[in-house]
Amino acid sequence: MTLTDAQQLGYINAQAADGRVNVELETDDGMVLNMGPQHPATHGTLRLVARLDGEQVTSADVMCGYMHRGYEKLCEVRSYPQVTTLVNRIDWLGSFANEVPFILAAEQLMEVEAPPRAQWIRTLLFELSRIANVSLFIGDLALQLGAQTPAFYAFRDREFVLNQIESVTGGRFHPNFDRIGGLKDDLPKGWIAETKAAMVRLRAFCDEMEGLVYGNEIFQSRTRGVGIIPAAVAQSYGLSGANLRGSGVDWDLRRDANVGLVYDQLDWKVWTHPDGDSYSRCWVRLQEVREATTIVDQICDGLPSGAIMAKVPRIIKVPAGEAYIATENPLGQMGYYVVSKGDTGPFRVKIRSASFNNISIAPWLLRGVYVPDIITILASLYFILGDIDR
Amino acid sequence: MAEDTATASAEAPEIVIDERREELRAVFVAHLGEAVLDSVIKPGDGLWIRVATDAWAEAGRVAQGKADCKYFDFLSAIDWLPSPYGRYEDSALDVPFPPPMPERSAAVPGYAGGESRFQVLASVAKTGTDLRVLLKVDVPDDDPRLATWIRSYSGAAWHERETHEMFGISFDGNADLRNLYLPSAFEGHPLRKEFPLLARVVKPWPGIIDVEPMPGEDDEPSEGEGTE
Repeated sequence: MTLTDAQQLGYINAQAADGRVNVELETDDGMVLNMGPQHPATHGTLRLVARLDGEQVTSADVMCGYMHRGYEKLCEVRSYPQVTTLVNRIDWLGSFANEVPFILAAEQLMEVEAPPRAQWIRTLLFELSRIANVSLFIGDLALQLGAQTPAFYAFRDREFVLNQIESVTGGRFHPNFDRIGGLKDDLPKGWIAETKAAMVRLRAFCDEMEGLVYGNEIFQSRTRGVGIIPAAVAQSYGLSGANLRGSGVDWDLRRDANVGLVYDQLDWKVWTHPDGDSYSRCWVRLQEVREATTIVDQICDGLPSGAIMAKVPRIIKVPAGEAYIATENPLGQMGYYVVSKGDTGPFRVKIRSASFNNISIAPWLLRGVYVPDIITILASLYFILGDIDR
Repeated sequence: MAEDTATASAEAPEIVIDERREELRAVFVAHLGEAVLDSVIKPGDGLWIRVATDAWAEAGRVAQGKADCKYFDFLSAIDWLPSPYGRYEDSALDVPFPPPMPERSAAVPGYAGGESRFQVLASVAKTGTDLRVLLKVDVPDDDPRLATWIRSYSGAAWHERETHEMFGISFDGNADLRNLYLPSAFEGHPLRKEFPLLARVVKPWPGIIDVEPMPGEDDEPSEGEGTE
């Protein structure tokens, strides 16, 4: 299967043809509007081809793959500890949360359980990832609607969370901190107090955004009643996270299928909104950031002492078996189906990422909407390109 | 105290019955009958059901309707053939290219068994609970083709596209099986085991250099037995 020069040339040509960005005008069938892959209103390189009738979308097609890195194939030639480095790059705004379900799946197959302190710190970092991720969404959302200031506020306040993540893990974006059997390190001195101060700051940010963005008349008129997803449709497309709860489905894996994290020992609430429109999805996310700050506070108060690593062999070999673990990540449910053959690396890893399902509803949802609403709807679905393409 | 717990656990062997998952399985058995070929329950964790190839579409309808698993989680496939390229450090560095393909009989399926090289795997769930069904189905070796699930779950459309692109499995009834990630002229199916990972073929993985034993440890790290 070596490629000849002619094949390679054909491949490059095909790639160029697929990626050609243009606006075509057609006489009989309306106009084709090509948004992206380098369009200011898209996060990353998502390309949207919308067929228009006047201002109205008759059909929309999502083209992804500009960031396909083939992680499922790469996982097959990596050892278990190496996989976390890869999966860190899936949802790059809340990287730590990507590692957790994979590590939990490997732990389940090995029948290893992390010590309580490690579980608590995992949950803590998991929630900090959520705050780091979703707080940026709130600023970005306003940016997509034409307001610049909230984006700067979001970056400013997200910095406090990133600093906390950095001082534990050493990495602002890609912590690679979770280990099979526990964590790489313990919390640094004085970290708890700093984190609680940061959470106060983040709560103030949420209040500020609630007034500045969510209470804004323009924001409301552009999101309320736009892009409605009924609960049944949301389930059939496998939407998750705030997209599902924004449609009134009361399901949160943190509460309902908690594995390996300590959510069952904390006092918190799952937010839902019955409307199913763009506004409700954004609103649920805001509440979830606020809820996450209180979860972090509770963990800071209740953190048990003890070891942070269970006893695991130096060379990790996972017994043969299959495991599927999904967790409620910032973007929604993320799961890893891990097939092991008793080797040092997985035989097959299926990565179930939240954004892939979340964006797969776009062709259905965008049919019949007006062009400016495409932007708000896509923004409210909230995807990360790395999470779609993997 | 310690003795008590030891004897107690010895007396009660670990036959844990997961009633909720047993019930869920019973729904599938009642509506699919003979088409449920095999099933596995890991108590408190998961339920795997393998159905016959020609009952795949029906299995989707039962899952969505009678079993009340309205939530579509994912659909993908597994290639059970061992990779002819081996795995990083234990693969021979001078493998002839292309390497000899492993025998078809080397493909050993996982939970709930199977007879084919490829299996399609789908997960559906019941919202508000931790109940989830992992449905497996054999895909014929000579003609990898299966019925579509899009009539039961709209979300299956993209997952089937991805599976078609990555494994070369066709889904009858899904009209839109264009490539999702790769250019349309791409040849081959990347997640099949015989598809080479070119980066690894041209340059062997250097990871082996790092696996030197720590000072003061035995020189047999490949056993994986020694704990710290």
